Amino acid sequence: MTKVYVSSVIPAPAADVWKIVRDFNGLPGWAPFVAESRIEQNAHADRIGCIRSFTLKDGGRIREKLLALSDYDLSCSYAILESPMQVENYVATLSLTPITDGNLTLAEWQAEFDCAPGREAALTQQIGSGVFQAALTALKQRFGR
Amino acid sequence: MVQVRQSTIIDAPIEEVWAILRDFNGHDRWHPAIASSEIDGGEPADAVGAVRHFRLADGGELREQLLALSDKDRRLSYCLLEAPLPLMGYVASIRLKPVTDGNATFWEWRSEFDPPAHRRDELVKLVAEDIYRAGFAAIRNLLARRDAAMPAEARPAIMPSRPTGAASRSIPAPAILAPSLDTRETTRAILVERYGGPEVLELKEIALPPPAPSEVRVRHTAIGVNFIDVYCRTGFFDLLRLPGVPGMEAAGVIEAVGSAISGLSIGDRVAYACPPVGAYAERRNMAPDLLVRLSDDISDETAAASLLKGVAASFLLHDVHAVRPGEVVLIHAAAGGIGQLLVQWARHLGATVIATVSSDDKARIVEGLGAHRVIVYSREDFAEAVMRLTNGAGTDVVYDAVGADTFGGSLAALAVRGHLVSFGQASGPIGNWDVGRFASKSITVSRPNYGHYTDAPEKLAPHVDRFFAALRQRAVRVGQPASYDLAQAADAHRDLEARRTSGALVLLP
Repeated sequence: MTKVYVSSVIPAPAADVWKIVRDFNGLPGWAPFVAESRIEQNAHADRIGCIRSFTLKDGGRIREKLLALSDYDLSCSYAILESPMQVENYVATLSLTPITDGNLTLAEWQAEFDCAPGREAALTQQIGSGVFQAALTALKQRFGR
Repeated sequence: MVQVRQSTIIDAPIEEVWAILRDFNGHDRWHPAIASSEIDGGEPADAVGAVRHFRLADGGELREQLLALSDKDRRLSYCLLEAPLPLMGYVASIRLKPVTDGNATFWEWRSEFDPPAHRRDELVKLVAEDIYRAGFAAIRNLLARRDAAMPAEARPAIMPSRPTGAASRSIPAPAILAPSLDTRETTRAILVERYGGPEVLELKEIALPPPAPSEVRVRHTAIGVNFIDVYCRTGFFDLLRLPGVPGMEAAGVIEAVGSAISGLSIGDRVAYACPPVGAYAERRNMAPDLLVRLSDDISDETAAASLLKGVAASFLLHDVHAVRPGEVVLIHAAAGGIGQLLVQWARHLGATVIATVSSDDKARIVEGLGAHRVIVYSREDFAEAVMRLTNGAGTDVVYDAVGADTFGGSLAALAVRGHLVSFGQASGPIGNWDVGRFASKSITVSRPNYGHYTDAPEKLAPHVDRFFAALRQRAVRVGQPASYDLAQAADAHRDLEARRTSGALVLLP
């Protein structure tokens, strides 16, 4: 089992950041590498078990299933069903925590997965830096820093 | 049940912050509210179940038990066993998380407890602000000082540890964090990290940020030492929050001005005698409102040695009690810094001056300043002596900064309709007195506070002008102050407290 963890301070109140990231179908609106997204079978994006199917700007296609969404804890967990990354048992969680000092937000994004031996470092780099941290950096810039 | 949750970002690697916070017995070394701490039974501080028994700076005692400690999650939980406040069922936890884009640490401090309904808001505020937020600030200052003490390039390159295979660190640090270490200036200063004796006055290199838009930076040339600094050092006054730099009086030169400052320029000679504390330093930033410009005929050392005392003498002799020609004035501790000014100035105003001192040597000094009569109070009862010298009439006004040892005698020495000006308590608190009994002589008692006479430019200016005019007319003279190197501040305090000094003391940066 390989783990990835990244975090950033987002210069906005947690409620404002949550409005954006809680939309399971909203990745194209803020993640720089996502071209388009839809929820399969016309389900609501906040229905637990729904599946988002999205296309990356490089053409790749990913399907992910919503496992948990909490407006109380400000967190969202999902599993990958299909992707070009060749990972298995991939479960990720994106969560927000208010920083009372300055009314900011700590955004954490973590994932656990299995992969072929020897690919851990490359996948960790790709997911941690290329996906999660890049998306959080975009989120920061969206709020003006 | 209420919940309190506070969180912040500390601009330091998570290992550094955790190394400080995980020590369940180490809070007295960083939290300003805590004076001392020990683990009951000498257990190790990281044994779950350990009980820390600690004392607050205000004297309260508490016991707390470690419920959980995790180096993996960097989380620590504890509960309160005994406390002087009704924080019923208080369970708290501290948790750290790394911020991976940059090298910072997220710190959350939260708790739940059951307060009595009528004290709910007060206790929530106390926990959130005086415990949690004050703790955040203390750790931030502690780490900033370490940074300042250690050049950036010499700092150990500690990477934030993350679960296996962390993301690359090529992403730039977030802009909301403090400026990079390279741009931080430092200054030498006396830092008080815990309240106590003179030994807590230690010379350190501390961070000196650029002045805010509404501040100026002063490079000190001489720093006044006053008894109020002792009260700050011991924690008797809450003017100095730990860790902090004491001192409220200095002279120097403007070295930089904030963008919103007008009327002061780099190179101007200035002095001040006002809070906030921070004068025991080579350089500091401060609001300019209460800065006094120095003319060429007032030296830096004279200003630093006498501005606070001179301003105080001015309002004591003119506002608190307006001394008139022919009045009899009793001045205690007359050889001390402010006592010497009061003796000279009261005489200049035409009063008959009776002074008390503790020794014959000091009596000679005070006679030289023009006191009409000098009483060595260690040898004779000063109240009886005053009655004898005034043919039983007593004095019109007593200036008493000695406190416990003299207050009763001062009342006894007063004339009918006399005025006791109690403006200090060097020997201890004056205790409780029955105001009703003051009617036996129609006595007035004043308890002036320096700030109330000097905390605005329009209040301060007349006293400064009057004092400098008195210096120029030689109505009062300020002797050469005893000078100490800034690093020897502890020695200066020892001498002041042991009453080895007469006249003023200054520190030279």
